[in-house]
Amino acid sequence: MRVDQVLVDGVAAGEVLALDTPLSFWGGVSIESGRIVDPSHPQSGVSLAGKVLALPHGRGSSSSSSVLAEMIRIGTGPAGIVLDEPDSILVIGALVADRLYGTRCPIVVASTTPEGGSVWRINGAELESVS
Amino acid sequence: MVQLSERDRSLLGGEMGDAQRIAMELLIAVGETDGAQTLIDIEMAHIDGCSYHGQAGVDFAQMLVDGDGRVQVPTTLNVASLDLLHPDLYKGDSAVAESAKRLMEQYVALGCRPTWTCAPYQLQDRPSFGQQIAWGESNAIVFANSVLGARTNRYGDFMDICCALTGRVPYAGLHTDEGRLGTLQFNVVVPSSILDDDLTYPLLGHVLGQLAGSRVPVITGLDERATEDRLKALGAAAASSGAVAMFHAVGVTPEAPSLNEALGNVAPQHVTDLSVDRLRDARRELTTAIGTLGAVSVGTPHMSFDEFVSLAALVEGQRTTVPFYVNTSRDVLDKAESAGVMAPIVAFGVTVVTDTCTYITPIMGDIEGDVMTNSGKWAYYAPANLGVSVVIGSLADCVASAVTGSAVSTGEWS
Repeated sequence: MRVDQVLVDGVAAGEVLALDTPLSFWGGVSIESGRIVDPSHPQSGVSLAGKVLALPHGRGSSSSSSVLAEMIRIGTGPAGIVLDEPDSILVIGALVADRLYGTRCPIVVASTTPEGGSVWRINGAELESVS
Repeated sequence: MVQLSERDRSLLGGEMGDAQRIAMELLIAVGETDGAQTLIDIEMAHIDGCSYHGQAGVDFAQMLVDGDGRVQVPTTLNVASLDLLHPDLYKGDSAVAESAKRLMEQYVALGCRPTWTCAPYQLQDRPSFGQQIAWGESNAIVFANSVLGARTNRYGDFMDICCALTGRVPYAGLHTDEGRLGTLQFNVVVPSSILDDDLTYPLLGHVLGQLAGSRVPVITGLDERATEDRLKALGAAAASSGAVAMFHAVGVTPEAPSLNEALGNVAPQHVTDLSVDRLRDARRELTTAIGTLGAVSVGTPHMSFDEFVSLAALVEGQRTTVPFYVNTSRDVLDKAESAGVMAPIVAFGVTVVTDTCTYITPIMGDIEGDVMTNSGKWAYYAPANLGVSVVIGSLADCVASAVTGSAVSTGEWS
């Protein structure tokens, strides 16, 4: 399917992790492990590392840009992110990581998000099922 | 596409150096994400990117320092990860401390003022009504928009310094008149006496954040008892449990002289009544245990001068039986010391923390027992950040509990 908007251009494939509720990267995710540590999040304990993260709009701290960039740097970040509405805090985190380390975490906005567990690829403006 | 001015284009072309060029490139990318047509000038900036979350932040700041970056507008700095005035309080890894210190120095080298506070609205030169600004730090953002009537979007780390280095922001969202109108209505329906209790305000903020997400809520039913410090507590909690960047309180905040004006004469998407029961639920959600009291932490966001005056009166002639931390800025601490407010607080046994906050850096060490706080924000983040259980109460509850050594409740919520 075609995405509604490409926020950070690139290619990434991975198992889809569809979050049920919004997540603040800062305070909500462990940078070291890539796991959700917010105890109030229904998917607490689940890892974001290497996943295509389908995320309802971001929440909370303005430090989430730094946290995403650092996760991308050390390899615990998601492979790519599918949002239901644009989120510039995540976009700038991904752009800075790309500029500093050459690791691209594409971010797109799509009205329908892929189902958790299946494998999908973000390919520029296309969102494709791989499995 | 974002339309650029001649000056924007010269920044983008690198005529003012590499740092300004990089900042303009990132600013335009964010402008496109936010659907902005143009960029506008700002008069002030507040930088959240100076707290340490790993090497990426240091690498980014170094790229800007190496590119001869210099902020173009007066720029304050948020809490960092170290207390430079009381370095012995730090109990963490020394390599992390070195990196955190380097990050602080990098932002000062870019021309930012070393204010080290999450409450820049307590500083003397705070923004005024209608000013366009670029602020980071979620509680400062919601306070600037809601209580001061200054205009900022939610700027994250990296973006904040890009705005400061260019003096520009994408014209979108809360910078525009229409972006500031409320779309949700919340009626606070509680006995009047409940509004006298400090604890009501972070509870209310917690619920608002849960229900409003990133939309602009309009609150009815508050009155002049919602002081700046109480609105600070409300906004900080709402920006933790949700992404609230602005709220209106009818008859209290400057852009809400009436309900209709706050809503822009458009019917709200939802109208919700908030009862005492709903606030009681919020209190339960923000209290993860009531066992042995191990410590108390207040001043998140940073304690104001007025709150120091209240604390001094509450603690007069008493002594805490558990570690009692107060987070504040060096600026407010200086004022409180000069005014002679600190003597009873020091005698009570308080540990004052400046430049940082107890929930973002290892200061409290191993706590034996739960931590009591008067902050919805602290209560929201500390269980995951520090691995502690928390109890929320008012400032008076915190003092009474510290004296008796177990969590007690005073006031309207007892």
